[in-house]
Amino acid sequence: MFHRESGYYKTTYKGDMAFYPLPVGRWSVALVGFIFLVVIPLFLDPYYLSILCLISIAVVGALGLNILLGYTGQISIGHAAFMSVGAYTAANLITKLDWPFWLAVPSGGIMAAAVGVLVGIPSLRIKGLYLAIATLAAQFIIEWVINHTPAISGGVQASIEVPRPVVFGEAMNTEIELYYFLMAFAVIAIVATMNLVRSRVGRAFIAIRDQDIAAEIIGINVFRYKLYAFAISSFYAGVAGVLYTYYLSIANYEQFLIVVSIDYLAMVIIGGLGSVLGSVFGAIFITLLPIVIRIFMDSFGAFFFDPVILAQVTAQFRLILFGALIMFFLVVEPEGLNRLWLNIRNYFRIWPFSY
Amino acid sequence: MPDSTLGEADGGPTLSVEGVSKNFGGVRAVASVSTAVTKGEIFAIIGPNGAGKTTLLNMVSGFYKPDEGAILFRDRDIGRLKPNEIAELGIARTFQNIALFRGLTVLDNLMLGRHVRLKSGVFASLLYWGPAQREEILHRRRCEEIIDFLKLSDLRKTPAGALAYGLQKRVELGRALASDPTLLLLDEPMAGMNQEEKEDMVRYVLDVSAEWGTTIVLIEHDMGVVMDISDRVAVLDMGEKIAEGTPDQVRADPKVIQAYLGTAH
Repeated sequence: MFHRESGYYKTTYKGDMAFYPLPVGRWSVALVGFIFLVVIPLFLDPYYLSILCLISIAVVGALGLNILLGYTGQISIGHAAFMSVGAYTAANLITKLDWPFWLAVPSGGIMAAAVGVLVGIPSLRIKGLYLAIATLAAQFIIEWVINHTPAISGGVQASIEVPRPVVFGEAMNTEIELYYFLMAFAVIAIVATMNLVRSRVGRAFIAIRDQDIAAEIIGINVFRYKLYAFAISSFYAGVAGVLYTYYLSIANYEQFLIVVSIDYLAMVIIGGLGSVLGSVFGAIFITLLPIVIRIFMDSFGAFFFDPVILAQVTAQFRLILFGALIMFFLVVEPEGLNRLWLNIRNYFRIWPFSY
Repeated sequence: MPDSTLGEADGGPTLSVEGVSKNFGGVRAVASVSTAVTKGEIFAIIGPNGAGKTTLLNMVSGFYKPDEGAILFRDRDIGRLKPNEIAELGIARTFQNIALFRGLTVLDNLMLGRHVRLKSGVFASLLYWGPAQREEILHRRRCEEIIDFLKLSDLRKTPAGALAYGLQKRVELGRALASDPTLLLLDEPMAGMNQEEKEDMVRYVLDVSAEWGTTIVLIEHDMGVVMDISDRVAVLDMGEKIAEGTPDQVRADPKVIQAYLGTAH
């Protein structure tokens, strides 16, 4: 009972359709914004800022996959491949043509979306497991093509060095600058996704997920909208790929292997399918997981394991925990971290009364 | 091909089915059925189970393509169109087994029903503020009218899947109405309802017809309802049309009596 919901009357449809109709919602968002934009950059160690940079990138990618998997109900195991398309497109444009970030980022996204449509046209005629296999094939084909085309990748096993983005004449060299740069894209991606899912196109996506036959009967061109979802999802992936390239200062195909696709799947499943906030939770969780495990093993691992094999155990431990967590969430809380958050929030909505 | 400037406006049929057949393997589900539905009337299709009623409706709404014959909606052949193209022309329908978007609210279900009347594309949706928002508000108004009409006001933010069966049927009717259809196809709108729910539904169907002049084709098993509300009735049996006319004519038709009751041998 930190606030009361009664007494706020909505007299316009616009007011009723706002993101945060209640003042408490707006204040909470303002507070979170203040913490992330002012408090954290001022007081946090650059190492932790770099983790937040990774999370920002993961948020963009996870939102993209959630639009496809969570909102439209179409699986893709090739998300990382579309990231690599964006990454290499931008890397080449930046190094060969000297394009600034505000051209390179959308170009990477658009190229990824174009490849997404190319993959989607044959793949989206099939459903479920078959679509999963088709996108898996796309992952390997794209990976191979990029790696074996010197014009794109600079040769097999090579990588392209990319300079840091320049904003208003200032190169984003420090962690704080990079943090703001990447966070801006994460915020844009979050707002755009929230807009998408509350208007015509996003609703059509959900309709296809819930009842594709009924979706057709109310006039949705199911195939076209699936293709839209695939293109938007790939666009997000492409942008995330470009951002990751900027962050690493290097474009390398090894950053976009199938494991990364699985990571993103884990993010949206553990975070919560069909939820924007869930994508953010999932991105935070999956990015932090290996770091937490490593810190834990550094501190306590010596109690359980021989120091000689500790490094190996740590690496395997991450994979084991990863699989276990996905299973745990699928069984116990299929709606993911977002559902946990909603449960907590709903509990405190009426606290300390029971109803 | 009839002249498209004539027809409906001059008293021609809104929907006309001309010698339509549909086979599933060796089963002749619908066998050269012809009929016509006039603008503004309530037209019932009845018949025993497996008579081909739903198959006929599925052909009108585009799920099946007729093997023979033509389906004309406002003098345009729609027999080869896809379901979404047919919806854009102004035909809406409900399903025998409810097919709502269960996770979405009643309001969102109605807004989805209005999909074909909205224009926002991908970019407008991503930006939202501006054209997409104006459009949402404009069409929200119409959906709210339908919510008022169907007395769903207190349920507008409830997920459709959480509603009772009878209410879900009503929401599905609302979703169909949200597109402002010229022709409304109702597949067993009263199936599985109790007496009170049936009476409500009948009232809504009559009100839709009276208030908006919507042409309605319905399949229904409840003979009391059919005979009460229909202007005309067509009877199918084994895929063939065996009778058509006013309820009184159909009731007296010996072939109909035979199909429903059988004859003494």
